[in-house]
Amino acid sequence: MSPNSQQDQVSSLSSKTAASVHTLPEHIFEIVSDSGEGAQKCGQSFGAVSAKMGNGAWTVEIIPAEIQPPPRSPGGASGVRIRIGTEKITNWGNQTKLVIAFNEQVLLARHRQGAIADDATILLEEMWESHQDPKVREQWAEALVELSSKNYHIVKVPMEVECLKIVDNPRKGKNMFALGLMSWIYMRDVEKVKAQIAMQFRHKSQDVYERNVRLLEAGMTWAAEHMSFQINVPCLEVTEDLVVMNGNTALAMGAVVAGLELCSMYPITPATSVSHYLSEIYDDLGGIVHQAEDEIAAIGVAIGASFAGKVAFTVTSGPGMALKTEFIGLAVMTETPLVIVDVQRGGPSTGLPTKVEQSDLLSTLYGMPGDSPKVIMAPSTLEECFHCMVTARRIAEAFRMVVVVLTDANLATGVQPFVRPVLDAGWHAPEIDLSPLPEGSRPMDWDLETGLSPRIVPGQKGGEFTATGLAHDQNSCVTYDPAMNQLSSEMRSRKLAVLQSTLSPPHICGPDSNDLLLIGWGSTRGAIEEAAAIARAKGLGVSSVNLTFLSPMEPGITEIFKRFKQVMAIEINYSDDPNAPYINEENRRRGQLTTLLRAITLVDVDCWTRVLGQPLSPGDIVDVIEKKLSAEVKA
Amino acid sequence: MSSPCSLLECGSTDDRHFEMDDYAGKIARWCPGCGDHAILAAVHRLLAIEQLKPEKTVFVSGIGCSSRFPHYVETYGFHGIHGRALPIATGVKLARPDLDVFVTMGDGDCTSIGAGHWIHAIRYNIDMTVLLLDNNIYGLTKKQTSPTTPQGFKTNTQTKGSFLPPLNPLQTTLGVTNASFVAQTADWMPSHLAATLQAAKAHKGFSFVRILQRCPVFTPDIFAAAIKDPQVTDVLSHPDGIQDANTDKIYKSQVFHNPGDIHEARRLAEGDRVRVGLFFRDESFPRYEELRQVTKRTPEEKMAFINAELDRHAV
Repeated sequence: MSPNSQQDQVSSLSSKTAASVHTLPEHIFEIVSDSGEGAQKCGQSFGAVSAKMGNGAWTVEIIPAEIQPPPRSPGGASGVRIRIGTEKITNWGNQTKLVIAFNEQVLLARHRQGAIADDATILLEEMWESHQDPKVREQWAEALVELSSKNYHIVKVPMEVECLKIVDNPRKGKNMFALGLMSWIYMRDVEKVKAQIAMQFRHKSQDVYERNVRLLEAGMTWAAEHMSFQINVPCLEVTEDLVVMNGNTALAMGAVVAGLELCSMYPITPATSVSHYLSEIYDDLGGIVHQAEDEIAAIGVAIGASFAGKVAFTVTSGPGMALKTEFIGLAVMTETPLVIVDVQRGGPSTGLPTKVEQSDLLSTLYGMPGDSPKVIMAPSTLEECFHCMVTARRIAEAFRMVVVVLTDANLATGVQPFVRPVLDAGWHAPEIDLSPLPEGSRPMDWDLETGLSPRIVPGQKGGEFTATGLAHDQNSCVTYDPAMNQLSSEMRSRKLAVLQSTLSPPHICGPDSNDLLLIGWGSTRGAIEEAAAIARAKGLGVSSVNLTFLSPMEPGITEIFKRFKQVMAIEINYSDDPNAPYINEENRRRGQLTTLLRAITLVDVDCWTRVLGQPLSPGDIVDVIEKKLSAEVKA
Repeated sequence: MSSPCSLLECGSTDDRHFEMDDYAGKIARWCPGCGDHAILAAVHRLLAIEQLKPEKTVFVSGIGCSSRFPHYVETYGFHGIHGRALPIATGVKLARPDLDVFVTMGDGDCTSIGAGHWIHAIRYNIDMTVLLLDNNIYGLTKKQTSPTTPQGFKTNTQTKGSFLPPLNPLQTTLGVTNASFVAQTADWMPSHLAATLQAAKAHKGFSFVRILQRCPVFTPDIFAAAIKDPQVTDVLSHPDGIQDANTDKIYKSQVFHNPGDIHEARRLAEGDRVRVGLFFRDESFPRYEELRQVTKRTPEEKMAFINAELDRHAV
């Protein structure tokens, strides 16, 4: 399609009659802009409104790594993908069917990443076509030629011109105009959209709110006058109380209801926003967000606080975890309870700071000198982000262990409705016990069967002891006695087995025995389960399992594996392609969960993993399933 | 955050009396002649003078010879990791402002691997007593150059002599915003040491005391001149400073210094001459644990608050 024929299309759209309404079970669209033009905010608002109307919704942010990347550059594309459906939505889906782009360069970025469906409709800001700078006009023309390789329906929208009628600086208002376009196309409840705008600008003046509403209405009016279609994704009546928020907010709320009262952190993407939200509310709730001088101090403060009082927590991402390792070892050795949230991002090193990856599993489990058993949990939904903090705090306290909660950038920034938690004051940490201790109380009074021991805190008369990272006995006295080092190592390790004995085997999604079992952990759950369901609908024998506990691993996995002909882990971390040069069965480096599962179960678990810095799409996983099963048939 | 005392304690009067020996922990394993023994004795004495309750006192340390300190005091203690005593102590005090917190660090611990924490802890100005046991050398790992090792002093890592002039911990501390108590004393001046520790304990804020400390094994001669000849040492004197008549009898080189004068304090901290006493004190500086004081909420209050937050996020 040439730019000229697109011109024809625009004119035909302008002389419209009544728009046709397409009723669909789900739809995916994206809004992309330069960084700072507010596409993310607009998209997240739209996702929240959709959820509040009763749609299933899932949003994924498209984030450039720089704060202010050069304008009009593909690398600076910033925005959000929104997938809404009549039923519950658990992942970002495959390709987008509609795009609103503030310039052609950020659109190119998504085009080049293969994010846009061949028949997608694209609403594109048209101001660049006739821009005074000839270079911009040239870029526009070249971009449209590149885009013509697909059958996109490009609708040119005079966003700048329309916004200038209301505001002086459209850069700060275009996103609300775009929200208007989307609201009309997707037939959103205008009152709910306005309520969302009111909430978003609750700290601003009435003037600001009204200006934004005028922009919204302008967008809706323009769409009504020019668009030829509307999309109706029917909403189910909301039968349960739902809430909608992103994973980091859910984690922060979870921390409050868990009774955690000290969050000691150092800024790092994408973990920091947990502390942003906490900082807003924590002071009023008797809590402290302590921003330490570095990642090491952040965990040190948390350990000191946990040693002397209620369980504290720290929030970080991969590079921060690397810096914290020595202190994690100290917490393990002194059996100081501690909760660590690691919002995983792309690595190694600085890697992909704003993008999703699941690459910290093995480093969390093994990434430090000496044996340091610790608990690792991975929430797979935003609802679990909320509830896992209560569980993590309780385990840390009861087992005197370090509990690491591995989330990721996908959960951190994704917005999704979930069942409103019915809060229970029993979730809250009890007051620390400062009562005097009987003579002979020992700080590491291990039950020789379970390794468990009651915690003694400063303030308890008769409990005086010195916690130490050196090898020690039940009195926490330094000892180099070989038998004692063997025993204390056993005691610290035994607790994991005891915890495992309290866990249930993982739920199998699909038939209990089958040709292929997919296994994953964390935020990939939705995409894996959807892919397996699609494959089953095609007649393929696929089931799936998601693991919430990675250390200790949920029990019964070996037995489950025996009921499947093949097992394959799906992960967002690196593994060698088995067909790549030099790669063979022996030297192939596999996914991180894969490696663990093979070691634990002795089953030949295969893997399919990607490190594209983005969530997995169900469509890609369906392809993997089909290939895996057809290869088996051939074999 | 937590209640400062248990119901049991609040309801009854505490008529315990503690002697120095009551604070004695494990047998100290420092070398014979190590200055740390004298410092430990002075600390035991301080605890007895102050009648600090063992269960409400926490000694925090890092790693090194001096960091064995908590094991030798019969209170609560946290023997941490190298350079990181101050973050642990910060956490203890943030969670439990009711506890008396002491920190012992060596020169490698505090001024090298832990230097970042040192700078920021000074600025936080949290109420704790911080002792830098400075023997100018890494002792536990056997004679490596530390930041305070004199230039030219031969060590196992700088065998031809330390390359750089030493870092001056007093100047460094006095240069940091919010430094509120800076003193220097020496392990061989027991009376001055005791008086300094008492002043440090009395100060509300981050009391930083650098204690010059002999290492008979690796740096036996570094402080020899000062130990042999009292004239080599200047004692800072002032009605608001460290008051100790025993010291005044022996140490005749006295420098009148007002500890409220930060500029003079920085000037006196310069140079090679050994100066002991209170360099600077100001209790008007903000203390972090006070700035961060929060009102305790019941679980029910918190649940109600989060419920209201959930209302805001409700579908």
